[in-house]
Amino acid sequence: MSTPEFNNPIVKWIEYRLPIFSMMHHEMHEYPTPKNLNYFWNFGSLAGFVLVIMIVSGIVLSMNYTAHVDYAFASVERIMRDVNFGWLVRYIHMNGASFFFIIVYIHIFRGLYYGSYKAPRELLWILGVIILLLMMATAFMGYVLPWGQMSFWGATVITNLFSALPLVGEHIVTWLWGGFTVDNPTLNRFFSLHYLLPFVIAGVVILHLAALHQHGSNNPLGIDIKQKGDTLPFHPYYTIKDLFGIGVFLTIFVAVICFAPNYMGHPDNYIPANPLVTPTHIVPEWYFLPFYAILRAIPDKLGGVLAMFAAIAVLFVLPWLDRSPIRSAKFRPIYFVLFWVLVADCILLGFCGAKPPEGIWVILSQLGTAYYFAHFLVLLPLLSLYERPINLPLSISSPKASASEPQAV
Amino acid sequence: MRITKSLSRAMAAAGFLLASGTAAMAAGDAGGGVCAPKSMPAHTEPHWSFQGVFGHYDHDAALRGFEVYRNVCAACHSLKLFAFRNLAELGATEDEIKGVAALYEVPDQPDDEGEVKPRPARPADRFPSPFPNEKAAAAANGGALPPDLSLILKSRAALENHVSNILGGYMAPPAGCDIPEGKFYNAYFPGYAFGMAPPLTEGAVEYNDGTPATVAQMTKDLTQFLAFVAEPTLEERKQMGVKVVFFLIILTVLLFLVKRQVWRKVH
Ligand code: HEC
Ligand code: HEM
Repeated sequence: MSTPEFNNPIVKWIEYRLPIFSMMHHEMHEYPTPKNLNYFWNFGSLAGFVLVIMIVSGIVLSMNYTAHVDYAFASVERIMRDVNFGWLVRYIHMNGASFFFIIVYIHIFRGLYYGSYKAPRELLWILGVIILLLMMATAFMGYVLPWGQMSFWGATVITNLFSALPLVGEHIVTWLWGGFTVDNPTLNRFFSLHYLLPFVIAGVVILHLAALHQHGSNNPLGIDIKQKGDTLPFHPYYTIKDLFGIGVFLTIFVAVICFAPNYMGHPDNYIPANPLVTPTHIVPEWYFLPFYAILRAIPDKLGGVLAMFAAIAVLFVLPWLDRSPIRSAKFRPIYFVLFWVLVADCILLGFCGAKPPEGIWVILSQLGTAYYFAHFLVLLPLLSLYERPINLPLSISSPKASASEPQAV
Repeated sequence: MRITKSLSRAMAAAGFLLASGTAAMAAGDAGGGVCAPKSMPAHTEPHWSFQGVFGHYDHDAALRGFEVYRNVCAACHSLKLFAFRNLAELGATEDEIKGVAALYEVPDQPDDEGEVKPRPARPADRFPSPFPNEKAAAAANGGALPPDLSLILKSRAALENHVSNILGGYMAPPAGCDIPEGKFYNAYFPGYAFGMAPPLTEGAVEYNDGTPATVAQMTKDLTQFLAFVAEPTLEERKQMGVKVVFFLIILTVLLFLVKRQVWRKVH
């Protein structure tokens, strides 16, 4: 790594003591990025952008929010009515959570399609799954804060799940609640953790980026960088491309905030929490629906809880379930089909999660759940053995196919 | 708004396709048996002025709706999130607001002897509730609790149509459907046996501007008013949205052109 020369005396003074300028130079100008990244590679920087939006809007909300069962709902309505631009901050935060999940889900499926979880990026992928788990915990606890009907009953249903664990279950639930029902202590600790976890996420994001920069980005062809012509410096090529992506995102985001801010929410959460009245259908936020469907697909409570956690856990071991050395689905004709079936399966599970658990919806959830696990635990390992990949190109800059690339055995 | 509409239509269509298989099964139990209405009464306004990208409240109608609320609905329903001063956003003058607030009494601060005496309300006060607590409200209404109306048009599945649905949903029960004493058949209420007598009658209020107070007119006016109470910042939000989205589209197009310029030599 060549150290750049700095002329500005202040920059020089700082650089001598804390080499942040050469670090920035390294990331921007020398960090080689594959030149063939498509727009699916915009979603990483977008996710980081939304994390910042969530933290900033969350800090402003906290200045006006009251974490007490008697005041929480009213304090959110006060933010909506009497705090200057409070409605804007609250709608940014509320819809920001949904957009965060839209972006991260696309980011994850991008990784699945192009095999970005394969060597040498296994830890990068695992750190990503940890971020997903932390996001889910954060969003779940955030949704409890406005203390509406869905806040209260969602918290009750989800925390109650832990009671299914043998022996310790009941104790864990009491411990989570800080009492014998979801009540003020629950709300207080959820607020505390909801404030904390996003900063933990930010920390894991830094590790995620450190792991990324170790081996650089994967790319749509899924082959390694072979020569200098395969790459471009990050700046200006990808800085401008990411900025354009942020422009598109902001346009859609602002349109939803200003024209349909409650579209992705649930009307029941504008009813203050009432422990004596159970809503007819308790449904979580849309981004949890596929997992909710998996939970309810298993007739046994403990089984359902385990299946739901397993649905995420399986992602941790994915790099060792899919043994094919070919990364990109472009060169894996059967995996290509299975990928899209998995996407359809997750959407189906999402629909199932939104419906009351009766009739055909139970059967569809069960089929969907079975397929989800079969995809990872059966189909992918078998595919690594039997799939015949299409010949890979020689390099990113010479798209001609070579016969000498490694093939799946 | 149009995008979200077509999106929701697409989702509804997809949901319908998925659901049609079960429709036959579900019809028996979910429909509520003999009490399910044979046909829904037609009454809702197909489009409210506050819907859509350029939506805004009909201020005169909303002020009339306030008159209906305070003269009729306020006998039973609270409106806790509404303060008299909010009427200014609908174009009421300061004197009008002071005048109408002074018609109501709210508890004053404890005086030097520690006694809490009532005083006339001021514009900054919230609208006083008809009952001291929910128990009293339910007890006075045959056990059915009249809910607070502040967020009624945001907190029910029918959203902005909920009040016009309920007010227009009274009809004779279908043959064989027994409605208990003191309850009323309402096609839009879950379970159909509804604890609120039809609250509006022709001419229940007299409008200052001479608009004839028909039930349909009062229902529309109430919807404008209650929608305003549920979402008082809607006009500000939509106006800002139009400007900011317009700006962002231009910015994004420019960013795209710069991107293309930067990438022009890369193959
Ligand atoms: C005499 C008392 C009384 C008056 C006056 C009254 N209501 Fe009600 N209202 C009730 C009661 C009681 C209920 C609850 C009924 C139930 O749950 O079965 C109710 C329920 C409702 C509901 C349904 C709430 C829900 O949970 O979805 C709406 C909407 C409503 N009222 C609107 C109005 C409007 C608008 C007015 C004024 C035009 C009005 N009410 C006047 C007593 C009243
Ligand atoms: C990973 C980032 C975050 C996610 C996914 C997230 C998610 C959420 C969600 C879903 C809600 C409920 C919104 C509603 O329906 O009203 C919420 C509320 C809230 N969040 Fe966050 N949040 C994040 C970061 C933060 C941070 C960093 C803070 C504080 C510093 C914060 C403070 C709050 C407060 C005070 C509320 C209650 C107000 C309200 O409900 O509108 N959030 N959050």
